[in-house]
Amino acid sequence: MAVPAIATEPGLLGGTDAARGSQALRRFTQAIVRNRKATAGVIILLILGFVAAFPGLIAHDDPQAAIYDQSIGPSAQHLLGTTQLGQDVFAQLIWGTRLTLIVTVVVSAIATLISMVIGVTAAYVGGMTDRALSLITDVFLILPTLPLLIVLASYLPPGTITLIVVLTFTSWAFQARQLRSQGLSLRARDFLVAARVRGEKTSYIILVEMVPTMTSLLVASFLGLAVFVVGFAAGLQFLGLGNSTELTWGTMLYYAEQSGALEAGNAWWALAPGAAVAFMGAGFALVNYAFDEISNPALRPVRRRHGSPAA
Amino acid sequence: MRYIARRLGLFLVTLWAALTVNFIIPRVMPGNEATAVLATFRGVNPAALHALEIEFGVNIHQNIVLTYLQYIANCFTGQFGVTAERNPVITEIMGKLPWTLGLVGVTTVLAFAAGTLVGAVSAWRRGGHLDAILPPLLFIVASFPVFFVGLLLIFAFGVTLNWFPLASNYSIGATPSFSLSFIGDVLDHAVLPGAALVIVTAGLWIYSMRNNMISTLAEDYVKMGRAKGLPSWRIMFDYAARNAILPNLTGFAMQLGYVLGGSILIEYTFSYPGLGYLFYTSTTDHDLPLMQALFLFYTFAVLICVLLADLLTAGLDPRTREA
Amino acid sequence: MAAPLLEVDSVTVDYVTDVADIRAVDRVSLTLQPGEFLGIVGESGCGKSTLLFAIAQLLSPPAEMVSGSVRFGGHDLVQLRDDELRHVRWRDYSVVMQSAMNALNPMKSIGAQFKDTIRAHVKMAPDAIRARSAEVLRLVGIDAVHLESYPHQLSGGMRQRAMIAMALLFTPQLVIMDEPTSALDVVAQRSLMNQIKELQLKLGFAVIFVTHDMSVVGQYSDRVMVMYAGQIAEIGATASVFEQPLHPYTKGLLDAFPSIRGPRRDLTGIPGSPPDLARPPTGCRFHPRCPEAIPECAGVEPAVSMVDGRAVRCILVGEPSRERGGHDG
Repeated sequence: MAVPAIATEPGLLGGTDAARGSQALRRFTQAIVRNRKATAGVIILLILGFVAAFPGLIAHDDPQAAIYDQSIGPSAQHLLGTTQLGQDVFAQLIWGTRLTLIVTVVVSAIATLISMVIGVTAAYVGGMTDRALSLITDVFLILPTLPLLIVLASYLPPGTITLIVVLTFTSWAFQARQLRSQGLSLRARDFLVAARVRGEKTSYIILVEMVPTMTSLLVASFLGLAVFVVGFAAGLQFLGLGNSTELTWGTMLYYAEQSGALEAGNAWWALAPGAAVAFMGAGFALVNYAFDEISNPALRPVRRRHGSPAA
Repeated sequence: MRYIARRLGLFLVTLWAALTVNFIIPRVMPGNEATAVLATFRGVNPAALHALEIEFGVNIHQNIVLTYLQYIANCFTGQFGVTAERNPVITEIMGKLPWTLGLVGVTTVLAFAAGTLVGAVSAWRRGGHLDAILPPLLFIVASFPVFFVGLLLIFAFGVTLNWFPLASNYSIGATPSFSLSFIGDVLDHAVLPGAALVIVTAGLWIYSMRNNMISTLAEDYVKMGRAKGLPSWRIMFDYAARNAILPNLTGFAMQLGYVLGGSILIEYTFSYPGLGYLFYTSTTDHDLPLMQALFLFYTFAVLICVLLADLLTAGLDPRTREA
Repeated sequence: MAAPLLEVDSVTVDYVTDVADIRAVDRVSLTLQPGEFLGIVGESGCGKSTLLFAIAQLLSPPAEMVSGSVRFGGHDLVQLRDDELRHVRWRDYSVVMQSAMNALNPMKSIGAQFKDTIRAHVKMAPDAIRARSAEVLRLVGIDAVHLESYPHQLSGGMRQRAMIAMALLFTPQLVIMDEPTSALDVVAQRSLMNQIKELQLKLGFAVIFVTHDMSVVGQYSDRVMVMYAGQIAEIGATASVFEQPLHPYTKGLLDAFPSIRGPRRDLTGIPGSPPDLARPPTGCRFHPRCPEAIPECAGVEPAVSMVDGRAVRCILVGEPSRERGGHDG
């Protein structure tokens, strides 16, 4: 016996675009507030966004100023100790948030965009184009990400742009398959057939008709991707292949590891940025997890009055 | 059979893609890294030098297609040239391979076994305590950067508690042998890096398995199993878990690329002298021949596993036999 | 009258969600005599399948049976512990589902699935298992060689019949069927229905048969139960219900089906659509669509009353004063 269908696509209810939009927004906010995981995740991301935007309000030291005692542990003046060069770790952590967040968001956004264009085009156009694009996607999916990142980053001049480019290049494929699947299921739907019959161009159909209906999947893709991008970006920088002259959590980790911070007494120099990366990853992961639950009711927590197996 | 042919095709195309990446990048990237590097190679075994020239396009004045084919042939015969220290690349790699194979191989198998079991049980007992805490907890832990888990373990168990050594694969000064004390030493060194790997990769697999299992449990044939009065454990294993894993075996195998990436970072964090650490040092030394060869090896490893998963699926899933 | 085989008393099933609880089955009661063929009809979403699974104790979250009892073989199935229930399953009653493609494990051969079932309940030698499996397959006209086949290798009709064969492994007293012919074409449907009826007469088991197809119910069932919006609308002997339907909904259903004999007449549908069970209409649930509705229908929820051995839920036919849903004699 099927569970009564629960409408998940706000875009498919009737009404004007504006009405639909505000209704969807309201349902979305309601869902977030009601779901504890989503609330936690959103709070985390808001905190990070705030810190990234206004670092000066929280950390009063100049992160680059190497004027303090070197390699000391946490104390009242230096909440997380200092680096080997005498910089305040806490200040570095706070000021490093901005670039870390920017890189993550930019890469995830561009990669999702590319992913969507390729996935939807493959789904909609079909035929040889589909086979070719799917093959390319599969190849990128199988190629191990970090090794590929390492090779690419080694050849390009070090810097933030390189970081963004190589990360985007290796991660666009992650979500392309899901987007293609949804594209396929949408393709046969009436409103698209109507557009085709009206004689609209393929690009119009893809961009104006299909994409807006897929917003929930796009947001989910963005969030899912962000979880991994945070980790890969940090990993690459940790190895020293990122943008060592800029201040991000990843580069903090690199310098901390290089100076043997864990053994030398100011372990927080290594642990704090690592924890921060985990924190950001967790934020995106929670919102993503909750998003999965909101859009797929089958995954929601099961409330049971009497104990019984799941089947 | 068509299924196998298709998967084999994907295998070959990806291998070709990896080989081509190695071939194209030195020729396309800005700067003349390769030329500069190779300029320092003098007095090297001529065959090896020639292989490098072919791979990197230095001093080659022949048709590029011909060069390309020669390069591919070289790869298949293991002729990867020499490292920055003038050792044959292939020897260097083979020397370090067992250490990585041991560490990563064992932890991956453990993580997969534990992960699928916990994922299956957690989905089976939905609404229980396990299910309430475990999935979000694991999802978060799985989104921890793997090296962070490594750093934490080093700090907690290595530095603070001093239970395990902090680095390397065996103590300095110990001579490799098959003696019990040496093996003990090796295992002692492998605990922390192994634990880090298991924690993160098991988390990944628990999450995937749980989601697959939940979808499978909604299937009618599971309900039928219940209706027929089959014992609980049989339904969970024979009707649910098996059907949840098998079609997704290839998907699980594809996650190996992520696992291998994590192993590179762990080896770096622990200075564990396996292939991952070699990969890292090749970047700091600008040892391009070694780096590109390692990239190829890692790709090949993932491909083999994916192909194995495909073969297993084809063998065990009756539906693919018709396709 | 012999003791009834099955007594379902005031079963109520809710779908429990974060937002609200939706009552899919509302105080449904029925009795079944041994060897009787009861058809349950209604529109999609009326709760007939949910009721079926509730009776079979096969509900899954978020569906939950909140009250009622299902007395079968001297026990209330609802009160039985899991391991006690397990013994009753399949031996005393079995289930046939709508789509065999979904109900059969795609990774196990037919024979393996039969074996699983048998071994879960009795210890039998492999030869005996095989013999019994071949025997039930023969009953439905399938060659024993197909014990080695996988579900996807059989045709749709064969799969359904294999499922029915599986249901008869222990020759239970009751077989519960959820629209087993819906997925088939008309010809296969007819053939399957005939086979089911033949087996029923030969082996003597009772059948509860859920369908939306009035013609199937009319031809094969002894009694029919009409459901609407989670409630009983009418229950009675098939012949008399078809000849003289009492509930306006039943009349509407019968008017929508053509008869092959008899005069040609215009088909009429029932205007409107089934109600949203989260917010059912006040009073009688059918009144917004009922051509015979009077003002009282919106205010008073009619109880099930007995008229000439028929149970009907309609104030135009019976008395509205009774509290509980009754069941027919």
